[in-house]
Amino acid sequence: MKNEFKVIADLIEKNKKVLDVGCADGTLMKFLKDNKNINIRGLEISKDKVQKCIAKGLTVIEGNAEKDLMQFPDKSFDYVVLSQTLQAFLNPELVINELLRVGKKAIVTIPNFGYWKIRVNLLTKGTMPITKTLPDEWYNTPNLHMCTIKDFVHFIKSRNFKIFKSLALNNENVSLINNANLGVKNLFAELGIFLIEK
Amino acid sequence: MNTDINLKILIVKKPLKLDCGKTINNFPIAYETYGSLNEKKDNAILIFHALTGDQFVSGLNPITNKDGWWSYAVGPNKAIDTNKYFIICSNVIGGCLGSFGPSHKDPDTQKVFGINFPVITINDMVNAQNNLLDHFGIKKLFSVVGGSMGGMQVLQFISNFPDKAKTVIPIACTSNHSAQNIAFNELGRQAIAADSNWNEGNYNSIDTIPNKGLAVARMAAHITYLSKKGLQEKFGRKLQEREDLKFGFDADFQIESYLRYQGSVFVDRFDANSYLYITRAMDYFDLGKQFNGNLSDAFKKTKAKFFIISFTSDWLYPTQENKDIVIALNAIGADVGFAEIESDKGHDSFLLNVPDFLNALKNFLDKSYIEN
Repeated sequence: MKNEFKVIADLIEKNKKVLDVGCADGTLMKFLKDNKNINIRGLEISKDKVQKCIAKGLTVIEGNAEKDLMQFPDKSFDYVVLSQTLQAFLNPELVINELLRVGKKAIVTIPNFGYWKIRVNLLTKGTMPITKTLPDEWYNTPNLHMCTIKDFVHFIKSRNFKIFKSLALNNENVSLINNANLGVKNLFAELGIFLIEK
Repeated sequence: MNTDINLKILIVKKPLKLDCGKTINNFPIAYETYGSLNEKKDNAILIFHALTGDQFVSGLNPITNKDGWWSYAVGPNKAIDTNKYFIICSNVIGGCLGSFGPSHKDPDTQKVFGINFPVITINDMVNAQNNLLDHFGIKKLFSVVGGSMGGMQVLQFISNFPDKAKTVIPIACTSNHSAQNIAFNELGRQAIAADSNWNEGNYNSIDTIPNKGLAVARMAAHITYLSKKGLQEKFGRKLQEREDLKFGFDADFQIESYLRYQGSVFVDRFDANSYLYITRAMDYFDLGKQFNGNLSDAFKKTKAKFFIISFTSDWLYPTQENKDIVIALNAIGADVGFAEIESDKGHDSFLLNVPDFLNALKNFLDKSYIEN
């Protein structure tokens, strides 16, 4: 399992009710179910991946986060997880609002567009950056709204949402992000992981 | 049709009050079983059949000498594995394969009921079938499964008996019949009524049956079970055993011939009055209405795990109507999964060899059974 999922799993206490939005093949869901006795549900748009979740015995709803989160009542989950998908939505702000309505807390991870390799890539080559976390070309990428860790922090603060924990992930290294090191983390982290609440 | 077959029959002694107000008792339910019930009696699955189905889910149907209607899904090592599970399926009341229906004699008058048979509902069908659980001494089913009208019965069953099933699988169905659904059913009923042989439902007494009307009803309905794309790919404008158009009204096109064939084989196995009664039961189905318009309330008392399945090309019970059930369940935090299966075989997809569907069904059942 990728390191990102281990970090997410560490943020969630045992026996909670969790919704994994864009749960893909259910790797994180299975881990949470088996290791933390989590009552876990998934929402996934891809038919193939829905089948994979069902084959793992996971409860998954085929659907689109931008339309289908609406059906869940307020605060019906302890945590709602959104892993590296925010940038792919037509309206990320609406999705964040929905995550924070449906979940008591939300865990959102974003690929950091401020990561130094991306900056160097664009600076030296003059073409849209392609990296491990952003492997697609500009014309076929599902990512519509890329942002940096700094952008995301600013956005959350501007909406008066609370950030409980901000973590920077770079390969195996996990570190805390705070006001003082935000600029540095924004340069050296591949991934930002945020625990937020409305 | 072979009518000398010994059907398995349960005579229900307990009176059953129907939604129409009448009460029936000492009535027969014809059923079939597959696989074997384990000692703990926790491996039973009740399958509900669709409009024109019957109790012969799998193997050879002894009446038609064809494969059972759900042979793709039910059998040894199949999605609903008869090596593991004990399968029960019964003919719905109002039907024509042994369960109490309009072709039976009214015990009071000794005359065939015809349209004097009480109008039945999905709720009545389910309440009647619940007697099978007592018959087998099953307190809780492992699963209730059904497609189309079978799915409606699944929903009604878990609403009526919230503790009697661990898993619930409504497939390609709806929580209430739409205007379009009712319209197609009415077309079928009017086709039957327009056949002079129907004779206000008294055709048994004059020994002729409304074959033509029933065949037209079936032809119309059959179109709704397929998709435009499926029909186009299978038939297109292909001609039936001829080089060119004949400038007449014979079946020039393969699709015409196919529909005529579907109509003609149907009348050999189905009773026209049963067709009226069962389509009526479907039209009357509105589970939300039973709970003052709040569908969620139908499921409030159950802890069962739901898995809802729809098909992309099903325009009779489209994905959105299936999703409405998912939404009602999510609104109360029920354990519900949902998958829309890609298929261009239309509503009939659930009866056919659609691997993604059969795999999902098998995985859901088998994984749930392990956790059982």
